[in-house]
Amino acid sequence: MAQAANADFKTRLQSLLPKLVLSPSLALVLVFVYGFIFFSVYLSFTDSRLLPSYGWVGWENYSKLWRLSHWKTSLTNMGIFAALYISVCTVLGLGLAIFLDQKVRAEGMIRTIYLYPMALSFIVTGTAWKWFLDPGIGLENVLQTWGWATFEFDWIKNRDFAIYTVVLAAVWQTSGFVMAMFLAGLRGIENEILKAAQMDGASNWNLYRRIIIPQLRPAFLSAFVILSHLAIKTFDLVIALTGGGPGRATELPATFMYSYTFSRNQMGIGAASATIMLMTIAAIMIPYLYAELREKK
Amino acid sequence: MSVATQDTAIRTGRVTRTLIYLILILFALFYMLPLYVMAVNSVKPLDEITGGGMMNLPKVFTLEPWAKAWSYAQIGVDPTGLQPYFWNSIKMVVPAVAISTVLGALNGYVLTKWRFRGDTILFGLMLFACFIPFQIVLIPMARMLGLMGMAGSTGGLVLVHVVYGIGFTTLYFRNYYAVFPTELIRAAQIDGAGFFQIFWRILLPSSGPIAVVSIIWQFTNIWNDFLFGASFAGADSQPMTVALNNLVQSSTGVKEYNVHFAGAILAALPTLLVYVVAGRYFVRGLMAGSVKG
Repeated sequence: MAQAANADFKTRLQSLLPKLVLSPSLALVLVFVYGFIFFSVYLSFTDSRLLPSYGWVGWENYSKLWRLSHWKTSLTNMGIFAALYISVCTVLGLGLAIFLDQKVRAEGMIRTIYLYPMALSFIVTGTAWKWFLDPGIGLENVLQTWGWATFEFDWIKNRDFAIYTVVLAAVWQTSGFVMAMFLAGLRGIENEILKAAQMDGASNWNLYRRIIIPQLRPAFLSAFVILSHLAIKTFDLVIALTGGGPGRATELPATFMYSYTFSRNQMGIGAASATIMLMTIAAIMIPYLYAELREKK
Repeated sequence: MSVATQDTAIRTGRVTRTLIYLILILFALFYMLPLYVMAVNSVKPLDEITGGGMMNLPKVFTLEPWAKAWSYAQIGVDPTGLQPYFWNSIKMVVPAVAISTVLGALNGYVLTKWRFRGDTILFGLMLFACFIPFQIVLIPMARMLGLMGMAGSTGGLVLVHVVYGIGFTTLYFRNYYAVFPTELIRAAQIDGAGFFQIFWRILLPSSGPIAVVSIIWQFTNIWNDFLFGASFAGADSQPMTVALNNLVQSSTGVKEYNVHFAGAILAALPTLLVYVVAGRYFVRGLMAGSVKG
């Protein structure tokens, strides 16, 4: 009897073990991700300033937020940045992948060179580009000493153009990764269809336009999702490259949230802006993850 | 890269090929440019840079900027150089990578070989956690670390990086174990092998490649993190990225570009080294995080 009970306990333990093993991670995620999201969203409806406080104020933080010119600037910048960053990375990534796919010599080396920026910290990237684009010592100065006396390139110090330097540095960092995604897609396309079309006398241009690029749809989708979530999360690069300046010319929602929460003691407004960032990313990521996980079954 | 399967059937003429090589080389130069600028200017005296010679090779070669960046540049209040922060990063990265990879392996094992109702939803919840804008957890995390007595400590940063890394490590091991034959597991079960025995004896011995992917991904991400370091680190736990930013942004005195460049390379060196040595695995991790396995 005792033996049977013991064996019974052992099998029950065995059947419980998988869930026991999973539970610490699950608990961490539930508390530190979903619990925290709930807490932050709650704070966005309170009168929190320097510290969390629990006086309910309804939508007040949100209506204040949308009246702030600082927030509107961040959103406008985000629009410019995201549109350019995503489209330039995609076009460049696709173009380079197609060129690299033409049985090129030293392909491995070229790929390695295109992709290494992805291994760097945005702080390193920001530092390198900050001084390279600096009119005093960087590109402008160099070209002037080389004899092009009228050359001017002060974008990083210019309110109207600084945001484009953020695009430049971000594209430099991630376009190689997008290239790798498209290259993987290109390598998966059946050659038989291409050969058949070639027999029918299709030009290379038409092969790409009509057959190859349409088949890269999954790669386009992945690139879009990854790039848009990276765009919304962009923070370190701006901090290192421009510090959000000149003025507020390169402020993004992520830097806005940080300064309102931690240096301006407007935690309620900071939490409201973080909530909007989360909602935007969720609108892109959740359908994508849902489709990815469903197909796998 | 692990995805190279077949060459394209497209044929190109000589002129097109020359053009293609030209464009490829041009972009290779574009990607190398910042690294060249950093490397060349980190071994020059300052006046060569301010004199407009940023693109030139050094006339006078000096390792002084490296020595200064490493051991006595002013960072924050003390002239300590980046050295102590380098070790702070190491102390944070090693345990965080180890813990998150072990947890990821166990989770991947459970989610593929011991499936239960609702496991995909739980995995989806873990995976979504990787993509959230971390601004949404900064405020409660600061409170929580304070409550747990871990505010400003390396332990606190390890915890943070483990929590927000689990999703990716679980994803890697889950995709990897998903194609591992389940019949082998069932057979071992019939022979009386238990949960951990199966993991230890059957799955773990063949997990080498994916463990490398997971370790490299976590190492790169955590080493390069700035947001958590800037938000939660104390004076004696600040990681390298935060220290580098402080060095470059400090507004006192002359801007020592050569020291900044040396510092930037020092901060980039560990991840660059990993990339050069094990780039294949790095790319695999990158791709697994975005495209289906």
